[in-house]
Formats: sequence, structure tokens, C-alpha cells
Amino acid sequence: MTNQVDNSKRRFLTLATGAVGGVAVVGVATPLIASFFPSERAKAAGAPVEVDISKLEPGQKIDVEWRGKPVWLVNRTKEMVDNMAKIEGKLVDPTSDASDQPDYAHNKLRSRAEHANLWIALGVCTHLGCSPTYRPDLAPADLGPEWVGGFYCPCHGSKFDLAGRVYSGVPAPKNLVIPPYKYLSATSVLIGEDK
Amino acid sequence: MSKLQALTKSVLGWVDDRFPVTSTYKEHLSEYYAPKNFNFWYYFGSLALLVLVIQIVTGIFLTMNYKPDGSLIPGTNVSVAFTSVEYIMRDVAGGWIIRYMHSTGASMFFVVVYLHMFRGLVYGSYKQPRELIWIFGMLIFLCLMAEAFLGYLLPWGQMSFWGAQVIVNLFSSIPVIGPDLSVWIRGDFVVSDATLNRFFALHVIAVPLVLLALVVAHLVALHEVGSNNPDGVEIKKHKDPKTGFPIDGIPFHPYYTVKDIFGVAVFLAVFSYVLFFVPEMGGFFLEHPNFDPADPLKTPPHIAPVWYFTPFYAILRAIPSFLGTQVWGVIGMGAAVVIIAFLPWLDRSPIKSIRYRGTKFKVALVLFLIAFIGLGILGAKPSTNTRTVFAQIFSFIYFGFFIAMPFYTKNDAGSVPVPERTTETNTQRQLAFLAYVGIAVVGAFVFGKLV
Repeated sequence: MTNQVDNSKRRFLTLATGAVGGVAVVGVATPLIASFFPSERAKAAGAPVEVDISKLEPGQKIDVEWRGKPVWLVNRTKEMVDNMAKIEGKLVDPTSDASDQPDYAHNKLRSRAEHANLWIALGVCTHLGCSPTYRPDLAPADLGPEWVGGFYCPCHGSKFDLAGRVYSGVPAPKNLVIPPYKYLSATSVLIGEDK
Repeated sequence: MSKLQALTKSVLGWVDDRFPVTSTYKEHLSEYYAPKNFNFWYYFGSLALLVLVIQIVTGIFLTMNYKPDGSLIPGTNVSVAFTSVEYIMRDVAGGWIIRYMHSTGASMFFVVVYLHMFRGLVYGSYKQPRELIWIFGMLIFLCLMAEAFLGYLLPWGQMSFWGAQVIVNLFSSIPVIGPDLSVWIRGDFVVSDATLNRFFALHVIAVPLVLLALVVAHLVALHEVGSNNPDGVEIKKHKDPKTGFPIDGIPFHPYYTVKDIFGVAVFLAVFSYVLFFVPEMGGFFLEHPNFDPADPLKTPPHIAPVWYFTPFYAILRAIPSFLGTQVWGVIGMGAAVVIIAFLPWLDRSPIKSIRYRGTKFKVALVLFLIAFIGLGILGAKPSTNTRTVFAQIFSFIYFGFFIAMPFYTKNDAGSVPVPERTTETNTQRQLAFLAYVGIAVVGAFVFGKLV
């Protein structure tokens, strides 16, 4: 037995024990943190949705659910399309270069060429995820005399035109997202798949 | 000495040898000396504790009938969770009263805590040596906000759903990790049953445990340094040479226990009035759209958070997106909460109480109060161009109050010097207090009507 204390050995053992214990804490925390990610069941959900468009009147909008989110289908009239061209100066990204859409919808109307007037979009505001309200009316009292129809987000006041292009000076940074879709026939569209 | 007293003494002695009952009682109650000049503003600490107890007790009983289940009842668009809340309201004996106690308690918690924090602001209670009490208090405030937000999802109504949608999406605006982070928080790609279940777990066990620990830390830190008071003088500077107790202090028990019980009685009268006559408080305590079951496809025409979040929400809305991201509004909202924690270091004046502060601080405080109440009113209303401009001005004042504080509190003393000992209040002060409250209430009402 000696009364000498080997301080450096003691410090090394303390540090080593602490380090190994730290590794154990990280190991135990891993499954706990991982359990917060979507489960396999949640990941598996999200099959494409088929929609009948034969009864969609000009100017009408219908909502369908895809992956738990609203998807809009709007049959735009010629007047609506003409009006959209007039307000391009007020938009942040009129050509959608900084926004999210499949290549075939990367155009001014943001739709497939075969049904250019039919617009399909994810009805989720790019700001904080509310679903904007469809406001096709011209010059309503609350949105001002220059309103030519579009979407208004009730949560934070973001405005979009009828191609989901965002107006400048509102909180939303990007145009609305266009999901992948393809036409199965003249009266039927499949949302969620384009191959 | 009677036999009973002798028995009590011997039992207490037996326990004291094994657990510090008597010394703890003395340290924190019968010999905890608090300044004798506490006024109206000093009710809110003990009231906050009372509301915490109300929330825990009613919360326990609510969990006995509530089901955190977002799945829809077959053939309807109503979830099990929403139905279980309606069941509590309609079929459980006493259920409606328990739920209204919990929902009223949530709002009253914030009423009490905001007043408690304001007290700290006007009397400089955050200043040296009470910085840690303030920090613990801010952490309690954060926990409280988390509790309120998590709990609001549970009824699974329209406001529950869309409120959670907006707040969780705040995280997705953080660059790089944002989108994955928001998926991680939700446990799904949309707010769903998985989100509801974890929010329930966090609301009923995780956050309350942290909250309780922080309340203990808050009180331990307070009793270590002793309470501040409306004059902002340290009573420990003048101690009775014989007993060692502060001359301007009185034992917490029985003096302040009795005073606080009076406060509790008045508070419970107000609480009961809300509970029995206006439990929804015109849509401010329980918002009308939340009586509709959650519909993931349809946002209600006007969504706003519950009143206690509106000042911060107004700041979020006031800041536009630029450089292709809306993260700035989120940063602004977060900073508005966090910056309060830095008060002890932003305030450079040695004077604690507003009574002896100079004009510069008083003007700044009035502007701050106008901005805070103004933001609260704006955040509850749908945004228009005029309101956005107002919200931007108020946000500027809000942050200006804190950021400019080191400059305007330096060399800013009032005409009356800080006294050595505590002072008596006077009628002039009491009338002025009533006048200020009146101006604030009328001003807020007029602004709310006009804007």
C-alpha cells in the first residue's frame, strides 16, 4: 500500500469513463430520437389519386386529397387566362424559375400543354402550410380594385394568381407547388404520378 | 405542556432527526423574510403557482376520458379525439366543468404570468443578484408556451389542426435542415395521428416534469437571494443586530400567506365568473372554429392563435419574406421571446425600481407597453395593409426597447434618489396606478376598434 496518488492516472480514468458513458448515452438516445421520424406505415401511404374531370365546369375548382394534402383542379376560363397576363408585373417569379413544378408545368400557365387551361396544384401555401381560399371574383372589396382572381391565404395574407404564382410583398416566398400528374384519358387525370 | 403537545414534539423530533421538516419550514416560510412593502403586483407569483396546481389536477382528470386518437370514426369525418372531448363535455358527470377549468386555467396562466413578468420589468427584479431567477422564469415561460401549443392540438378541431400546421411549418423555413426537422416533429408528412399522439405525451408528462423542476429552481433561487420590492432596495442591508433578520422584512408565514390567500379569493372569484358565464371569452379563450372537427383540406377563413400568442404572431406576420425565404419572420418571432431573457444584461442602470428611474426609461417603457398590447390586438385580427404597417412600427419599437436599452438606461436617474429603506405607499401613487390602468384599458379598446 502506498499513499502516493497518481493524479494523471486518476484523471485519465475519469475522462475515459466519462467518454464511454457519453457514447452509451448517445447510443440509448438513438432509438428514442429515431422513433420521432415517420414510421414505415406513414412512409408507405401516398398512392396516386385518379380524378374524373369530365364534369369540371369552366371557372370551377374541385379539391381532392393526395398524401393527406389538398390538391386543387381549376378549369380556367379564357378570360381568367387573359387577365393573368396583365398582372405579371406584380409577381415575384412570373416564369416560375425559382419555384417547384415538374418540367412539363414549367411555363406561364403552369400546366401540361394538352389541357393548358386546367390547372392542378398543391393547395398548400408555401409560407406556413395553410390552404389558401379560391377567390375568382373580380375587384372584391377586401382585395382591392386590381384583383383579377386568384387565391388568398387567410393565415398570413399571401396572394397568388390563378397559376399559383405569388404576388410580391406578401410572406410566401415561392409559387404554389405543382404535383406530378398525367392524363389517363380526355376525362381522367392521375395525380401523384407522371411516368 | 399538554400530552398532545408533548407527543407532537417527540414525533416531530423523531422525523427531524431523519428529514429536515422543521428547518425547511423555517427557511422557506416562518423565517423567510420578505420585504414588508409588497403591493398589488406581488400577488401574481403565488397565483401562478395556484394555476399550475389547477392545471395539473384538472389535466389528470381529463386524461381519464380523453383519447389521443386522430383516426376518423367510420362513416363520419369526425375523429375519435374530437368525439372524446365532446363526450367529456356532454356525458361525463362534471366533465364540462373540469374541461372549462383547464381551458380557462390555460388563459389565466398567461394573464398571471404576463403581469408577473411586467412586475419584474417595472421594479427591476431581474437585476443583480436576481439574474438567475429571471432566467429560470424565462425558461418557465418557454415551457408554458410549449404546453399551451401542444395542448391546443388535442381537441383536434379546425384551429387545433391549422394552428399546429402553421407552427410546425415555422421550423421548415430553417435553411438546410428545416424540411426534415418539420417531418421529424410531426412524425408524418402532414399533421396526423402520429403528431397528435406525441403531442399528447409531451403535453401530459414531458413538459410538465420540466416545468415543475424549473418552478423549484425559480423558488430556490428566489429564497437564496430574497425578494425584490417596489422600492428596489435590498432589505438585507439593514438587519436587526440581535436577531439577524432584516428590519424591513416580515416572515412569509403568516404575513404573506394571509395576504396571498386574499389574492387567491379575489382571483378565484374572477376565475369562476369566466368559468361559469363566459368560458369561451367571446372566442378568445376557446376559438369558435375549434368547435368544428379538423379538416386537413380546408383552412378556416380567418385563423389566429389564442390571445396569449398574438403579440409574437403579429411580429411573425409583420416581417415579409425576402431572399427567397420566409425564415426572417420566424427568426423575428423567436428573437422577440428570447431577447426578454437578456434584460439583466441590457439594463445598465443601477436603479431597480421605476419609482426612482429617469424619464428616458419611463418613456421607453410606455412605448414598449403600447407596442406589446398593440401587437397583441393586431395579431388577433386578419391582416390588412394598414394593420401590417402598424405591426411593423410596433415590432420596431418592441425590439428597439431592448436593443437601445444599454444606451438609454446609462446615466438615467430620476429626481428622487433611491431611499436607504423601504417606503410607505401614498394616495397619490395609488390614484396614479388606477389612472394608468384606465388609460391602458381604454387605449387598447379604442385602438382595437379603430384599426
